[in-house]
Amino acid sequence: MDPLALDVAHLLAGGLVLVSFMLLYQDRMTGLVNNFALHALVVSLSVAWQAHIQHAPHLYITAAIALIVKAIVIPLALHRIILQLGIHRTIETVVGIGQTMLAGIGLVALSIMVMLPITARAGTLTQQDLAFALSVLLLGLLMMISRRNAVSQVIGFMSIENGLILAATGAKGMPLVVEISVAFSILIALIVIGVFLFRIRERFDTVDIHALHEYRGEQP
Amino acid sequence: MTEAGSFFVDAVLVIPALSAALLAVLPDDRLTARLNVLAALLTFLAATVLFFERPAPGHYLIVDDLNVVFIVLSTFVGFTTSVFSGSYIAHELETGRLTPVYLRFYHAMYQTLMFGMNLALLSNNVGLMWVAIELATLTTVLMVGIYRTPAALEAAWKYFLLGSVGIALALFGTILVYLAAHSVVGEGLDAMAWNVLVRRAPEFDPALLNLAFLFLLLGYGTKVGLVPLHAWLPDAHAEGPTPISAVLSGLLLNVALFAVLRFKSVMAANPGAFAPGPLMVSLGLLSVVFASFMLYRRHDIKRMFGYSSIEHMGIVTFAFGMGGPLANFAGLLHMTLHSLTKSAIFYCVGHIAQVKGTQHMPDIRGLTVSHPALGWGLVFGVAAIAGLPPMGLFMTEFLIVTTTFARHPLLAIVLGLALLVAFGALLLRLNGLAFGDPRGGRAPARASFVPVVAHFALVLVAGIWLPPALTAWFQHVAGLLR
Amino acid sequence: MAIALQLLVQIGQMALVLALAPLFAGYVRKVKAHLLRRQGPPLAQPYRELLRLLRKDVVLADSASWVFRVAPYLIFAATWVAVSLVPTFAAGLIFSYAADVIAIVALLGSARFMLALAGLDVGTSFGGIGSSREMLIASLAEPAMLMLVFTLSLLAGSTQLSSIAASMQASDVGLKFSIALALLGLIMVALAENARIPVDNPATHLELTMVHEAMILEYSGRHLALIEAAAFLKLLLYVSVIACVFFPWGIALSGQGPAAYFAGIGVYVLKLAAGGFVLAVFETAIAKMRVFRVPDFLGAALMLGFLATLLLFVTMAG
Repeated sequence: MDPLALDVAHLLAGGLVLVSFMLLYQDRMTGLVNNFALHALVVSLSVAWQAHIQHAPHLYITAAIALIVKAIVIPLALHRIILQLGIHRTIETVVGIGQTMLAGIGLVALSIMVMLPITARAGTLTQQDLAFALSVLLLGLLMMISRRNAVSQVIGFMSIENGLILAATGAKGMPLVVEISVAFSILIALIVIGVFLFRIRERFDTVDIHALHEYRGEQP
Repeated sequence: MTEAGSFFVDAVLVIPALSAALLAVLPDDRLTARLNVLAALLTFLAATVLFFERPAPGHYLIVDDLNVVFIVLSTFVGFTTSVFSGSYIAHELETGRLTPVYLRFYHAMYQTLMFGMNLALLSNNVGLMWVAIELATLTTVLMVGIYRTPAALEAAWKYFLLGSVGIALALFGTILVYLAAHSVVGEGLDAMAWNVLVRRAPEFDPALLNLAFLFLLLGYGTKVGLVPLHAWLPDAHAEGPTPISAVLSGLLLNVALFAVLRFKSVMAANPGAFAPGPLMVSLGLLSVVFASFMLYRRHDIKRMFGYSSIEHMGIVTFAFGMGGPLANFAGLLHMTLHSLTKSAIFYCVGHIAQVKGTQHMPDIRGLTVSHPALGWGLVFGVAAIAGLPPMGLFMTEFLIVTTTFARHPLLAIVLGLALLVAFGALLLRLNGLAFGDPRGGRAPARASFVPVVAHFALVLVAGIWLPPALTAWFQHVAGLLR
Repeated sequence: MAIALQLLVQIGQMALVLALAPLFAGYVRKVKAHLLRRQGPPLAQPYRELLRLLRKDVVLADSASWVFRVAPYLIFAATWVAVSLVPTFAAGLIFSYAADVIAIVALLGSARFMLALAGLDVGTSFGGIGSSREMLIASLAEPAMLMLVFTLSLLAGSTQLSSIAASMQASDVGLKFSIALALLGLIMVALAENARIPVDNPATHLELTMVHEAMILEYSGRHLALIEAAAFLKLLLYVSVIACVFFPWGIALSGQGPAAYFAGIGVYVLKLAAGGFVLAVFETAIAKMRVFRVPDFLGAALMLGFLATLLLFVTMAG
C-alpha cells in the first residue's frame, strides 16, 4: 500500500486517539460537547479516507452519517439541552484528571500490545485501525467510569461508538449491515438521550448521577 | 428445505413488525390489547410450522436445530405474556398509572421487542443478530422507564448504560470474528454467516478467536445478567411493568445466552482456541453464588425474582461451560423450563402487586387465604423455581450437579450449596407471602389464569415425562454444542 | 588550523546566542505591544536593562548565604553552555558531541536547582512559594521533555541534537503523526519552562502569578542582570531547539563552507523572527490558566510524549 496513504490513515486514526484524550482532559460541559464534535469529525474523515484507499464507496455513506449526525446534529442538540436545563458547569471526576490520563495511557499501551500481534496476518492498515479502535473504545469506557455526570457518560458512550466505526471500517469488506447498525444505534441513542435528559430534569433538576443515586437500586 | 418454510420464517418476522406499526396508531385500548394477543398467537403458530418445514439457509436467515426450539419457545411465551399483559394493562389504565398514549407506545414496543428477539434467533448473519439484540435492548429500556418515577428512570438509565456498553463490547468481538473469518472465507456476507463460520472454524486464527470470545462473553454476558455485569437486572425487573419483567427474564436473557452459545460452538470447532468452558463456568458459578445470597435480604418481590433469574442464568452458563452431552442437554432444558416457570411466576406476581397495591413483601401476607388462585399459583411457581421435585427444574439441576460431580467434585459441591441457599431463601419468603393472616388489599383479581396454568402444566409434565421426541431433539442439539 | 577555525565558529555561536537573546525578548515584547495597539519599548530595551543593572550596587539581605551570591553565576553559566550546544545555524560543531539532549536537560535542571535554592535562601515567603511552584512545574515538565525528545531520538537513532537535526533534514521521515504530537508537547513544555502565558505571566509581579519572579525578588544589581540574561537565554534555547529539530532546513551541516554558515545564520534569524511572532500572537490570544490546572497542562504534555512514542511503535511494527 502506498506509504503516503498509510501515513494519512495513521494520522487520522492516531488523531482520533488524541481527541479521545482531549475528551478526558475537559472539565467544562460545553468544552466537552465541542470536543466530541471534533471527535466525530475526525472519525468521519478517517472513514472517508478508508473509503478512498480501500476503494469501498459505500463507506462514504458511513462517513457522511457520522459527520452529519454526530458532528453536527447531536452536538447542537446537546448544546441546546445544556442551555435549557441550565447545567453549564464543571464536570466532577472520580479521580484527578492527571491520574485519569495516566490510566488512559496505560489502556492505550495495553490495547496496542494486545492487538498488534494478533492482527499481524491482516494488513498494516487493519492492524493500525484495530489497535487504535480498541484504544478509543477503552478510553471511552474510562471516561464513562471516571465521570460523575450523565451527559459526559453519554458522550463517553458515543465516543465508544466512534471507535467501533473505525474498527468496522478497518476490517475490510464488512458488509453494509454494519453501516445500518451504526446508523441505527445513533438514531436510537439520540432519541433515548433526549427523552431521558428531559425526564431526568423533570424529576431531579440535575443530571448529576450522584443525586440520582439517592434512589439507589440496591435497596432491599 | 422448502418454499413454505421461507414463507413461515418471513411470517414470524413480518407479523410482529406490521403489528407494531399498527398498534402505534390505533387508539382503542381494548382493541389494541386483543390485537396484540392475536399477533402473538399468529407468530407462535407460524413458528411451530418451522418444526416441520424449514427454509434453505440464506445470507440473512437460518433455521437450524439450535434455534428452532428457541424460536418456538420465544413465540409461545410472547403469546402467553400478551394474554397476561391484556388484563394487567387494563388494571394499570384504571388506576391511572399509564395513560392511553403510553399504552399505544407500550404495545408498539412490545411487538417491536418480539420482532427483535425473533430476528436475533433466526438470523444467519452475525451483524444482523447484533442489530436485533440491540433493538430488543433498546425497546426494553424504553419500556422499563415507562412509569417515569425516579426509581424507574434510574433503573432505565442504568440498564441503558450497561446494556450499551455490553453491546459495544459485543460489536467489537463480532468485528474480530469477521476478521478471523474473512482471511479464510473471503470478504462479504459469507464471512458473517453462522453456517459458514461453524464449518470453516478450524481454519481460523486462534488468537483472534480468543480475543473475540472474551469480548463477546463480556458483552453478551452483560445482557445475560452474569455477575459482575448484572447491576442493571434487579432494578429493571423491579421498576418496569410486569409483562416486561416476564419477557426480560423469560426471553431476552435466553436470546443473549443463545448468542453466546452460537459463538461458543464456533470456538469449540477450532482446536487451537482456548476452551471457552472454564471462563463460562467461573462466571456462571459466581452468578449462582452471588445471587443466591442476595435473595435473602430482598424486600421487593420483583427484585427478588430478578435475582432468581440471575441465579438460573448462572446455572445454565455453568452447565454450558462444563460441556459434554449431559450438561449441554441439561442446560438447554433448563433454559426452556426456566423461561416457562419464571414468566408464569411473574404473571402471578404482577397481579399480586396490583391487588395488594404494593411490591413490598412485608406488606403482602396470606395470599392463599385472600386470593387462593394467585396464592397457590405463586406457591407452585416458587416450588418449581426453587427446584423441588417433581418439577422439571429439579431434574435439570440434578443432572447438572451430578455430571459436574463426576468431573470436578469441588465445583459441584459449591454449586449444590448455592442452590440450597437459594432454595432456603425462596421458601422462607414464600412462607411469608402465601401463608398466615392476610395483609394488604382484598380486591379480587380480574385476571386470566390461562397463561399461568398452561406454563405450570408444561413444567410439571416435563418433570414427570419428557416426550421422547423432545428428548431426542435436545440431545441432538447438545451434541452439536460439544 | 582547521581546529582553530572550528573553535572560532563554536565561539562565534556562543557569542551569537548571547547577543541575540535579549534582542529576541525585546522583539517579542514589541510584537505583543503592537498587537495591543501600543508602541511598546524599543527593541534594544533589554540590553539597556542589563547594562543598567550591571552598573548598580548589589543589595544583599542579612540572611543571605554564599549560595545566594554564587547562584546567579552558576545559573548563567549553565544556561549559556546549554544554549551554545544547540545547533542554531550549524550542526556538527566542535563541541556538538556533547550536545546530547539529556545533557542539555540536565544543565537546565541544575540551573533551575540553583535558582530554587536561591529563592529559598533568604527565607522570605514569596521566595518559598516561587521555589515550590517552580519545582512542581519542573517535576512534570522534565519527564515530559525527556519523553518528547525520546520520540525524536527513536526516529533519528541518536540523542545528539546534531544527529537529530541532520536526520530530520533528510526527508525520508515522511508525514509522521508522532512528530506533530512531539511538536505540540514540546511547545507546551517550552511555555511552562519559560514562565509564559498560559502558565505564568512574565509581565506581572502579582503574587498569584509569580513563579519565576518570586524566586528572584530579592536580587539586585549585577546578580539580577545575570539572572535576567539567563532567562533570556533559556527562552532562546527552547525556541532554538524547536527550530532545529522540527524545522531543520537551512542548518549548515558539518563539512560545508563558511558561506553555508552565514546562510545558516540568516535562516536562523528568520526562524527566530517567525517563532517570536507566533509566541507573541499566542500569548495575546489566550488567557492564563489557574495555577492548579498547570499540573494538568503539563500532564497533558507528558501524555502527548507517551502517545507519540506509542504511535511510533505502531508504525514501526507495521
